[in-house]
Amino acid sequence: MKKASKVVTVLVFVFLYVPMLVLMIGSFNSSSDLVVFKSFTMDNYRALFADGVLLPLLLNSLIISVIASLASTVLGTAATLGIHRMGKRMRRFTMFLTNIPMTNPEIVTGVSLALLFAFAGQLMKIKSILGFWTLLIAHITFNLPYVILSVQPKLTQMDPNLTKAAMDLGCTPVQAFFKVVLHEILPGIISGALMAFTMSLDDFVISYFVYGPNFVTLPVEIYNYTKKPLHPKIYALFTLLFLAILAVMLLMNILQARDTARQRNSRQKARAGQPTV
Amino acid sequence: MSKELIRLADISMAYDGEVVLNNINLYINDSEFLTLLGPSGCGKTTTLQIIGGFVKPTAGSVLFDGVRINDIPPHKRQVNTVFQRYALFPHLDVYDNIAFGLRIAKLGEDEIARRVTEMLEVVGMKGFEERKTDSLSGGQQQRIAIARALVNRPKVLLLDEPLGALDLRLRKDMQVELKRIQQQMGITFIFVTHDQEEALTMSDTIVVMDKGEIQQIGTPEDIYNEPKNAFVADFIGESNILDGIMRADRLVEFFGRRFPCVDEGFAKDEAVDVVIRPEDVDIVPADGGHLCGTVTSVTFKGVHYDIIVDFHGFKWLIQTTDYQPVGAVIGIRLNPEDIHIMKRSKYSGMFGDYSSYSAEYDEIGDAALAGESEEQEEGE
Repeated sequence: MKKASKVVTVLVFVFLYVPMLVLMIGSFNSSSDLVVFKSFTMDNYRALFADGVLLPLLLNSLIISVIASLASTVLGTAATLGIHRMGKRMRRFTMFLTNIPMTNPEIVTGVSLALLFAFAGQLMKIKSILGFWTLLIAHITFNLPYVILSVQPKLTQMDPNLTKAAMDLGCTPVQAFFKVVLHEILPGIISGALMAFTMSLDDFVISYFVYGPNFVTLPVEIYNYTKKPLHPKIYALFTLLFLAILAVMLLMNILQARDTARQRNSRQKARAGQPTV
Repeated sequence: MSKELIRLADISMAYDGEVVLNNINLYINDSEFLTLLGPSGCGKTTTLQIIGGFVKPTAGSVLFDGVRINDIPPHKRQVNTVFQRYALFPHLDVYDNIAFGLRIAKLGEDEIARRVTEMLEVVGMKGFEERKTDSLSGGQQQRIAIARALVNRPKVLLLDEPLGALDLRLRKDMQVELKRIQQQMGITFIFVTHDQEEALTMSDTIVVMDKGEIQQIGTPEDIYNEPKNAFVADFIGESNILDGIMRADRLVEFFGRRFPCVDEGFAKDEAVDVVIRPEDVDIVPADGGHLCGTVTSVTFKGVHYDIIVDFHGFKWLIQTTDYQPVGAVIGIRLNPEDIHIMKRSKYSGMFGDYSSYSAEYDEIGDAALAGESEEQEEGE
């Protein structure tokens, strides 16, 4: 039984990571045929960085994901503070509404946003409304629930007396937020922002419905590429993207691990009532 | 005593239609140590939060130095609070925690350093400036929380069950310590607790509360010796409470027998509650006492024995230093000053019967433990 479960675990990881591995090896392969490994080369990376189209598109993607994740972090944190102050029943209902877009099929979200923009465009008499702004609005929209979900538990864990203590010591409610509450929920805000950033960077489905010819993001353009045979430099690009996202995920995990360790520590100490050091 | 500082006039409070405080009237003097005492859910924490400004009463006025302060937000009030579980700021070290209020008030760093050091000395925590708050023990965090509040030189310090999370030994030390700090600073402390012993030890004045109403206000001696109703008599210490009839001034009848007592001012033949404290009863040989009963249970308590004695089917708790075996027939004597007479109240008949002694003792223990967590949610 134990053996079987080990075998299954290994198989799961093989299925998960072998495709990525093939892609990575392919990115260093001098043959354009994935099946045959001719020799190790960096040519594909050179070709990628020499490419005049892909890099500006990557920049576009970065611009959208940075702005969208920042905006959704600010909006999402503000929303979480509001949700936190609601009554129990209202709070549960709002969180339910917040969770729906995450489970909603992306294609539905994409199409409905596209319809909304088309409708708004007609109202405002703008001919081609799709472009940078529609992409940005769409990205902020689908990022928001992730930020709220990652900030909310931090706020619930926080001792509610901390805000009161700050006000008791002379803070206005706004000062209390910036001087005390923000520090407490910062790990949640950061992990929410990182999550939003990665979601935004690799989003294809929703972007596909709301992008315009003047502003294209990388995943959308790559989809257009796949209609023809892929140039190996795309493998190189994918490898880099994978590594970048991996780095962000690792950072997020490290931050979270440190945060939980800190909390466990202080809770244990509080319970034992004993000083350490 | 000295002059009046805070007055609560006809304060009522309701959350979602549920009455938490019902017509509270209370004045608090300058440099007084006043304790709000009661079981969890009695409204004591809400009363404190009304004084602190965190909760707005649904009716009535809060007066500070004669000025109505209902609408003044907490950060503009001359009171500071020591919260349940301290609520120290985890991202700041000890020094910065204490300096927090002074920095908000934009004092110079020199002045801040001077006052923080002075406060650390008052609470006996010198040398801990650089420590992170989560590296401190409960008692140390407690002291820092007190310093953080007192450094702002408030006129009133509010303490919300500050000793609840400490173990018994530390708690006793902190009781003495708090009283010392209060006398040294010469300011008003308003202290909330469900622990009657804590209240008796520290307070100048105790306010006993239950179900959103004040049951009695008085000095610890008054509250203990002259409880106003069965609730107070039972909540403060142990009490045997019997049904009696006042036959005349200074003469009460219970168990079909008349006893001289020291209370007067009741109507002739008025039904009353008679309180007899378990430590006031004198045990004598069976034939020499006013009443004669059988010992049904003995518990060793260290300083004394708790014995339960059955008198005509009504069981009393008696505390004695002389061992009495179960089954022994003993007599008791009651001196006039051992008998305290109370007017009948809605609490009559609810307390003071030790017929189900052991079970009740356990319940009290559980309730005290459960009380802590319940009390926290009260404010939300």
